[in-house]
Amino acid sequence: MQLPLQNITVLEICQYLSGPCAGLRLADFGARVIKVEPVKGEAGRKLAIKNMWVDDNSLLFNTINRNKESFAIDLSDPEDMRWLKKLIGNADILIHNFRPGAMERKSLGYEDVIKINPSIVYAQISGYGETGPLQKKPGQDLLVQCLSGVTYTTGSAPDAPTALGLGIGDYLCGNQAVQFIIAALIKSKKTGNGTLLQLSLLESLIDFQFEFYTTYFQSGKMPERAGFNNAHALLGAPYGIYKAADGYIAIAMVPIRKLNEILQCEVLEKYEEQDGFQKRDEIKKIIAGRIATKDSRYWIEKSKELDLWVMPVLNWRQMKASQGYQVLDMEQTIQLPEGATFVTTRCPVRFNGKIIKSGKPAPQVGENNDCIKASLT
Amino acid sequence: MNTLLEDILVIDFSQFLSGPSAGLRLADMGARVIKVEKPGSGDICRSLYVSDVKLEGGESTIFHAINRNKESFVADLKETASLASVKKLLAKADVVIHNFRPGVMQRLGLDYEIIKAINPSVVYGEISGYGQEGEWKDLPGQDLLVQAVSGITYLTGNATDQPVPMGVAVADIIAGTHLVQGILAGLFRRMQTGEGLLVQVSMLESLLDFQFEVLTCFLNDGYALPSRSTVNGAHAYIAAPYGIYKTADGYLAIAMAPIEKLATLLPLETLHGYTDPRDWFDKRDEIKALLAEALIRKTTAEWLAILEPEDIWCADVYDYDDLIASESFRLLKMEQWVISNGLRVKTTRCPARVNGAVVTYEKGAPGLGEHSKKIMKEFDL
Repeated sequence: MQLPLQNITVLEICQYLSGPCAGLRLADFGARVIKVEPVKGEAGRKLAIKNMWVDDNSLLFNTINRNKESFAIDLSDPEDMRWLKKLIGNADILIHNFRPGAMERKSLGYEDVIKINPSIVYAQISGYGETGPLQKKPGQDLLVQCLSGVTYTTGSAPDAPTALGLGIGDYLCGNQAVQFIIAALIKSKKTGNGTLLQLSLLESLIDFQFEFYTTYFQSGKMPERAGFNNAHALLGAPYGIYKAADGYIAIAMVPIRKLNEILQCEVLEKYEEQDGFQKRDEIKKIIAGRIATKDSRYWIEKSKELDLWVMPVLNWRQMKASQGYQVLDMEQTIQLPEGATFVTTRCPVRFNGKIIKSGKPAPQVGENNDCIKASLT
Repeated sequence: MNTLLEDILVIDFSQFLSGPSAGLRLADMGARVIKVEKPGSGDICRSLYVSDVKLEGGESTIFHAINRNKESFVADLKETASLASVKKLLAKADVVIHNFRPGVMQRLGLDYEIIKAINPSVVYGEISGYGQEGEWKDLPGQDLLVQAVSGITYLTGNATDQPVPMGVAVADIIAGTHLVQGILAGLFRRMQTGEGLLVQVSMLESLLDFQFEVLTCFLNDGYALPSRSTVNGAHAYIAAPYGIYKTADGYLAIAMAPIEKLATLLPLETLHGYTDPRDWFDKRDEIKALLAEALIRKTTAEWLAILEPEDIWCADVYDYDDLIASESFRLLKMEQWVISNGLRVKTTRCPARVNGAVVTYEKGAPGLGEHSKKIMKEFDL
């Protein structure tokens, strides 16, 4: 099958996660993605987690930047800038995630670039938008989470504000950029007009909480996390994760009476369905007391019999061992030039029933300079 | 001109959040989105949420947030005449969305193969909970349950906590986001080839992708499980000081920062020994415990005044009241008013800005079947 973005060229002038995860998705959808990076390489190359490396570059970098090319240049060198401008003239999409003003200072702002290529889709990602008191603040995920209010949605009410344990702002913003970039590409091919797209981690995280904010706007009161086993501030009992005798189970929306058919708990009988929100903490504590008395397997089997919305809580090893995970064929092996390999996940979207894998590794700094220059002359 | 999608008709059978959030994004890009809902109750989300906040008339605020800028067409898909009308509508559709469990659309005779026969260029997007096959395929694709099996609950909170789910419907929202990516890619491909496309995502695969960095670490590290910090946990794979700390009057977030620099700035004598950056990960619990003891002594504003000028990556920790009151929020113009069923409802806007302008629409969520008559007439159903 012809991948959707075949023959599309993307210039990714980005570092770390937000922009590069957008580039990765566009690459997996069939685009040619060229990382335009400084001659010393993008900063993400040296950012490792658990000190895991693939050659000189971190495993983290290799995870985010597989299936791309690298064009390494010095933006203060006029000759290199001429090459870049030529490349821009031949590109369909430009993404950058520099702080506000940085690209404009290099004469690479949207107004400059649109003169070189009037149909280009130009997407810029910032931490907090281009104006205002936060524009100089680092657009770092934890800091943006903390300013977005999202840390008051997770954990239970007595806990301190709790950060979501992944780079959610970076990831969502990059993924939203992909959406708008492809939509703008459709427009560009129809009308010949380019588009400026501006996204920020903060706007992405507010959008992420749109159900909460809309509720807040009505009540004037921040939705409060449940006091016990919170899993969603807007939802009542039993919604949450419970400790069984040997592990954990998650219980989603299940009518209290229905749940009690498997719990067989006398004290729970006095609660009506409409108590589920107002009295959620006391109800959840009663449920927790009962769940703790038997193994998770027991509760899962009982739930299955009645088609209740209950699942086991798995860690990655348990997940990896499950048939439900294995059938997804989610892993792929990346071949490195020296013969080594590493395993990572694949693109999550399927086209015409087929999964998309690409074994192409991340590029070395400037790996494609010669080839790209040759194609431009 | 800030409309990216023009003349795109989306027929959306989905309910709850995952599919409808995809429809919302397409609507905000300029597509016309028609929700096909069952008679009587419609999208279950209209009455699902049990939060104590409701709009006038008892409607769920959440339904209104998710379904603004859409139309509603009521059809009983199990009834022959209604089904025929819906198929006529589908013949005109550019995009179809559904999030039924695997097999349901086949049983209704509305699966991709059938729709493709009457509309070969349709882009058909579907969201499942766990994929089309395997032991979980028939189970409810509900956000918390998908979080539970994805391993993600072991990434948030502290090591002493039980598994902590993310408190926002992250699987729904990310799966909806991925579906929109695939649908738009399908529409773009159609411009080149004239062909339609089947686009499939599942909430579980979407959550695995969300964890791609740390899962890759796990897959190449002898399957070592994540271990959360004992104190002030914010990311299981990041060294001290990364975390949220209590201050004299609130909280302070500190991201990546050299420990010896913090030792000097706070100042904190006991922190001076940690000069080897490897220790910042291996000994993060003791470092964070020391930081927590020191940071409680001054207010958040006092710490920001000391740390920010020295380029320490730190921030206040806002709740909604704080953020709404901030100059930054005002400048982002993140709020919009929509008219839903005659009610004015305040909600948030589309997150991206297009050609320098925010994207807003006044059209709110539809009443159940509000546009049925109009659509019947327009499409001669």
